[in-house]
Amino acid sequence: MSDVVEKTLTALPSLLSLDSHPGSAKLSSTSKLGNLIRGITELTSKHEEEKLIQHELLAIKEQVSSPNTTMMKELMVRSIYCEMLGYEASFSYIHAIKLAQQGTVLEKRVGYLAVSLFLNESHELLLLLVNTVLKDLQSTNLIEVCMALTVVSQMFPKDMIPAILPLVEEKLNHPKEIIRRKAVLALYKFYLIAPNQVQHIHNKFRKALCDKDPGVMTASLHIYLQMIQENPDAYKDLTPSFVTILKQVVGGKLPMDFNYHTVPAPWLQIQLLRILALLGKNDQSTSEVMYEVLDESLRRAEMNHNITYAILYECVKCIYTIHPKSDLLEKAAKCIGNFVLSPKINLKYLGLKALTYVVQQDPKLALQHQMTIIECLDHPDLIIKRETLELLFRITNAQNVTVIVEKMLEFLCISEDDHTTIDLVGKVAELAEKYPLKYNEWFIETMNTVFSLGGDMMQPDIPNSFLKLLSEGFDSVEEDRKLKLFAVNSYVPLLRGEPGKLPQRFLQVISWVLGEYSHLREDLEPAEVLSLLAKLLDMKNSSSETKSWVLMAMTKLCKGGTDASVTQEVSETYSSSLDTVLRQRAHELQYLSQDPELRARVLPRGSCGNFAFVSEALAAGAAPYKPPHQRQEELDQSKALSLEPYGLSLPISMSSCSITDRQSPTLLSMSSGLSGDTLKLDGVKRVWGREGYLAQREPVEEAAQVEVPSPIQSPGRQGEGDSLHSQTPTQTPTPEPEQEKQQLASSLFVGLASQSSVSLMGKSEPTPQRFRRKAKGQGPGSSFNASEQISSSLISPPSAVDNLLCNNLLDSNNASELAEQTSQLSQRLTTANGTCHTEAELTEPDTKGCNPALRRDNCVVAADPGPHDDPGRLTEVCLDSYLPAELSGLSHSEIAPLCANQSLNLSACHVQKEDSLILVVFIINSSESAIQQMLPAGEMTSHSVAVGQYSLTVKRPAVHVEVVGTVSYQLPAGTSQSLQFSYKVPLTSFIRPFVVSTEEYGTMWLSFSHDTKQNLTLINDNQEPLTATLNALKKKLQLHVVEVIGMEGIVACRLLQDLPCLMHCRVNAGWLAVWLRSPVPDLPDCLIYHCQRALQSL
Amino acid sequence: MIKFVLMVNRQGQTRLSRYYHSVELSRRAALEADVVRYCLSRKKDQCSFVEYKDFKVVYRQYAALYIVVGITDSENELSIYELVHNFVEVLDKYFSRVSELDIMFNLDRVHIILDEMIQNGHIVETNKSRILAPLTAIDKMVES
Repeated sequence: MSDVVEKTLTALPSLLSLDSHPGSAKLSSTSKLGNLIRGITELTSKHEEEKLIQHELLAIKEQVSSPNTTMMKELMVRSIYCEMLGYEASFSYIHAIKLAQQGTVLEKRVGYLAVSLFLNESHELLLLLVNTVLKDLQSTNLIEVCMALTVVSQMFPKDMIPAILPLVEEKLNHPKEIIRRKAVLALYKFYLIAPNQVQHIHNKFRKALCDKDPGVMTASLHIYLQMIQENPDAYKDLTPSFVTILKQVVGGKLPMDFNYHTVPAPWLQIQLLRILALLGKNDQSTSEVMYEVLDESLRRAEMNHNITYAILYECVKCIYTIHPKSDLLEKAAKCIGNFVLSPKINLKYLGLKALTYVVQQDPKLALQHQMTIIECLDHPDLIIKRETLELLFRITNAQNVTVIVEKMLEFLCISEDDHTTIDLVGKVAELAEKYPLKYNEWFIETMNTVFSLGGDMMQPDIPNSFLKLLSEGFDSVEEDRKLKLFAVNSYVPLLRGEPGKLPQRFLQVISWVLGEYSHLREDLEPAEVLSLLAKLLDMKNSSSETKSWVLMAMTKLCKGGTDASVTQEVSETYSSSLDTVLRQRAHELQYLSQDPELRARVLPRGSCGNFAFVSEALAAGAAPYKPPHQRQEELDQSKALSLEPYGLSLPISMSSCSITDRQSPTLLSMSSGLSGDTLKLDGVKRVWGREGYLAQREPVEEAAQVEVPSPIQSPGRQGEGDSLHSQTPTQTPTPEPEQEKQQLASSLFVGLASQSSVSLMGKSEPTPQRFRRKAKGQGPGSSFNASEQISSSLISPPSAVDNLLCNNLLDSNNASELAEQTSQLSQRLTTANGTCHTEAELTEPDTKGCNPALRRDNCVVAADPGPHDDPGRLTEVCLDSYLPAELSGLSHSEIAPLCANQSLNLSACHVQKEDSLILVVFIINSSESAIQQMLPAGEMTSHSVAVGQYSLTVKRPAVHVEVVGTVSYQLPAGTSQSLQFSYKVPLTSFIRPFVVSTEEYGTMWLSFSHDTKQNLTLINDNQEPLTATLNALKKKLQLHVVEVIGMEGIVACRLLQDLPCLMHCRVNAGWLAVWLRSPVPDLPDCLIYHCQRALQSL
Repeated sequence: MIKFVLMVNRQGQTRLSRYYHSVELSRRAALEADVVRYCLSRKKDQCSFVEYKDFKVVYRQYAALYIVVGITDSENELSIYELVHNFVEVLDKYFSRVSELDIMFNLDRVHIILDEMIQNGHIVETNKSRILAPLTAIDKMVES
C-alpha cells in the first residue's frame, strides 16, 4: 500500500504545474483557494511567503466582513492556511464560530474544525460556541450530533459543562455506536478538565466498558487509564474484566475491520497492557490474574511486523512492572534479545529503551547483551548512542563509573543539541558526585570537563553541589587537603591560559575555590592569584555575577602589603560601578583589605576546613538537602531575595553578619564564613556520595553517632558489601575476537553480577545514606521514651497510660456518712469534635460506663468541706482548693462551669503539665442526699465534691479539641440519670517545647511530609523584629526556639506526647515567612492558626 | 501522549499541523522548522525516532512528504510509527491514491480524518471504516 502512495507522491512535482490532478480537479483553478495553494507551492523564500500571506490576509478580511459572502467555508480554509504558516488571522475567529452556527453540514463541520484549530481551551470566544453545541446535540441529524460531540471532546469551556452534561449523558444510551463512542470521549474530556463534574457518573463509565460495541469499550479505556493512573487501588476489581477483554482481542474475537495488517486492534492491546501494568504494580494477587493473558500476548505476537513489536514492547514493560513471575520474566528477557539483536534500527532503539527500563529491576540482563550494548555505543546513529548511554547510566556502580562517565563525556563533545548537553551534563555530575571516592583527581577532572562543556546552560545546582562537596570534604584531613589542592592546581593553569573561553559558571567556581583554598598551595603567592583573578574582571564577557564572585574571592585573599595595589585598583574601579552588588563587594574589598584585623575576624582562614557548613546553614534556616529539582525552586527564591543589596535584611553598616551571610555571592547554603571552629561532624558528611565513600569512614565514629540501629546498612556491612564487589570475578570471557570490546565490556559491566544477586525486583540502587540520623523523633526508643516514663510514673498505675489516656482519679470523701438511699455515679468521656479524636480509647465510652474498665487509679483527698459547706457558695475560688495536690502548684485554666442539674454541678479546668495535659472535672453533689457512684463503687455525700482527673492526648489535631463526657449516676430514688458535658481545649494546650539540636532539626525536617507555609505579621517594637516575634510565640505557644541566625530562625515543638512539628521562620519584606512541617497531617495547619491568633492578640 | 502531528514536504514547507498541547502561534513556525530540519537531515538507514528538546519525534517519509509526530517520552515510539502508516492508509482509502496535492486542496477533510483518529493527544480510533464514516456521511449529504 505504501508503495503505491510513494509512487503517487513521487510523480507529484510534474503534476504541480499542470493542475490536472484529480485531487485539484475538485476545485477550479481560478478559485481563490486554488490560487493561494498555487502561490504557496511556488514560494522560494520566507520573504515571498510573508508578502503572499499578508496579501491573502487582507483579501480574506475584506471578503469575510461583507454580508453576503457565500464562500465562507473556503475563506475559513484559507485562514487555516495562513495560521498554519504562522500568521495570525484572529479576525476570522468569530466567523468560524458563526459558520459552525449557521452553515450547512460540511460548512458547519469546517466551522467547528476552524474553531478547534484557532482557539485554545481558555479562549473567551469559546463561550459563544456553547449555544451552537447545545442546539446540535439536540438535533435529529446524527451527523450534527456527531460534530458537536467531536468538538466537545476537543475543547469546551470548563464552566459550561453542566449546561450540556445531561445531553451528553443521554447520548450514552443512543442506539448508534458512533454516538455512544463520541459521548464517552466527551465525558473523558470533561474528566480531564473538571473531574469533579463527572464524579457522579462513574457507573456509566462501567457501562461503557461493558458496551457490546468494541469501539465504545475502547473509548472508555481512556477514562480508565487516567483514573487508574491517579488511583490504582480503586479499580483493582476491574482487573478480570480488562484481562478478559485483552484475551478476547488477542484471540481474534473482534470484527475483521479492527485488524491492522492482520494484527487484531494493536493499539487497543497496547492500551490494555498499560492499564494492566498500572494495576499489577506492587500487587501480587492482582498480578496473578494477568499472568496467563500476558503469556498469551507474548506468544501471539510472533509475527514479524513492526506493530507486533510495539505490542511486545508494551508487554515486556508490563511484565517487568507487575509482581514478577520467573518464567514470564525469562520469556520477556528473550523477547528483549530479539529487539536488541534486530538489524532493524527502529527495533534496536526500542530494545535499548526496554532494556533501560528493565535493568532498573534486574541489572543482570545488561550482562546478557553486553556485546550488543558495546556495539550500540559505537553506533553511527547518535540517537542509538544516546539511548545506550541512558542505559549505562542506570547500571552505573562504583567500579564502572569511570568508564561510563568517559563515554558520556565523549558523547558530550560531539553532541550539538543543547537539551541533550544539559541532560547529560547533569547525569555526569550526578555520577561523579555519587562515586567520588578514591578518584579525587578523577572527580575534579570530570567536573572540570562538565563545567567547560556544560557551559552556562547546565543546571545551576551542579556547581553548587560541587562546591558543597568540596567544602565539606573527606573525613581524613589529609585526603581533604589533597582534593582541594588538586582543584586549586587544576584551576591555576586554566586561568593562566585563556580564561576568556571558559563559561561563566566555571569561572565562578574557580574564583570561589581559589578564594577559599589557594593558600593550601604553598608555592603560590596570593599576589599571583589576585592578579589572575583581577584579569577575569577585565574580561569583556565576564558577567556581573561572575565579577561579584571574583571580588568576593579577592576579599578573602587580600592581605595588604604587596597586594595592596591590585586590590586598591580593583576596588576603586568597582566602587563606582552602576551595579549595586558589585559596588558593595568593592567596598567590602576596600575596607577589609585595609583592616587585617577586621578581615581576620570576618573571614577566618579556618573556615575552609570547616565541617559545620551544613549544620550552620541549617541553623541559619537554610533548607536541608533536597533533590535537585526541589532544590532548584528554592534556590531561585533565595537568589531573588538575597541579591537585593539593601533589602530589609541587610543592616546598612557593615556588620560581620552581613558579610559572612553573603560570602558566596549567590548565597548558597554552603557559606563558609561563620566562625564555628568546632568540627560538627554529625550529620554533615552524609551529604557525600554513597557506597564507597562511606566505607572509608571509621566504624567507631559511626557507631557513636547512630544511637538507634538504623535500617540502613551498618558501616561494617557496607565494608563487606564493598569487598564483595571487588572480589566479584568479571564474567567468564566469551569467545569474541575483538579484544578491545571485550575489555570495554568487562570494565562496563563489572559489578553487575554481584548486585543482581539481590532479588529480581529489588532495586539495585543502594539506599542513600545521606540522611542517616540518630533518633527518629517519633520512633520507639527515642528521646521521648524518658518523658513517657515520667508521665506514666506520675499517673499510676502505668498500665493505664499505655492503653488508656484517660485516667480516672475520682475521689469521694466523707465516705463514712451513711445514707439510706444511694445514688450511683459513673462517668464517660468521649470526644465530640468530628475531626479530632481524643485518643481512640475514648470512643468506647459505653463499655466504660458499665464496666469496671474505668479504673479508680488514685485517690485525691479533697479539701475539708468545712469552710465551704454551703453548696451555693461553692465558687470557682473554692474549687481551686479541690485541685489535686500534685497539680495545685501548676498553672491551670480558669475553672469553668460545664453544666448542672438539680443534683449535680460539673466544672472543669485543664492543667498543663510538662508531659501531659490533665483535664480536671469537679463533680459537685448539690443535692441533699448522698449519691452512689457506680464505678468505682463509692458514695458521694451531700454537698461534697468529687474530682476526676484525666490525662488527654491528641491523635488527630484540630484547632480546638473538644472533650465530651457523660456522668451517669443513680438518684436516691433508684432512677438512673446521666449528665452530659463538653469541654473545649485549644490545641495550644497540647503543645510543648521540643528541645532538639540544629542537626537533629535538619534531618527531621526532611523526613516530615506534611507542611504548610504562610506569612505572619512581625512584631515591631524596639527589639529586633524576628527575635521579638519568636519570643512572643515562644511565650504564648510554648515553642522551643532552636536557633536564630540573621534573618532566619528555627523553632520546634511537639504535640503531646511525641508528635513533632518544626517551624522555619524567615523575615521577608516585612513579613515573617513561616514554613511548618510535621509527620502529622493537619498539625501544621492548626498550629499556624494559633500562631496567627497569638500574634494578632498582641 | 502525542504532542503534535505535522506533514511537511522535502522543502520543509508545512502542509498540515495539528497541536495537542497549546503552543503559541508565534513559536510554532520556529519549532516546525527546527524539527523538520532535524528529520530531513537524517539518512534512510537511521532510526526513525529522534530526541528533540524534552520530547521525542517519530517521523516517516512517504515520497516527498514527511509525517512527523511529536510525543512524550512515555509513549511507545513504534506504535506511533505504525499509527502514521495507518493514517496514510486511511487517506489513501479516502482519496484513492493520495497525493500531496490532495492533502493541500482538501486540508479541511484531512483534518477531519485526523480528528477522528487522535483527540487530546490520544489515539481514539484506528478502525479505517469507522474513521471515515462521519466524513463520507457528510460528503453524501453535500452531494444529495
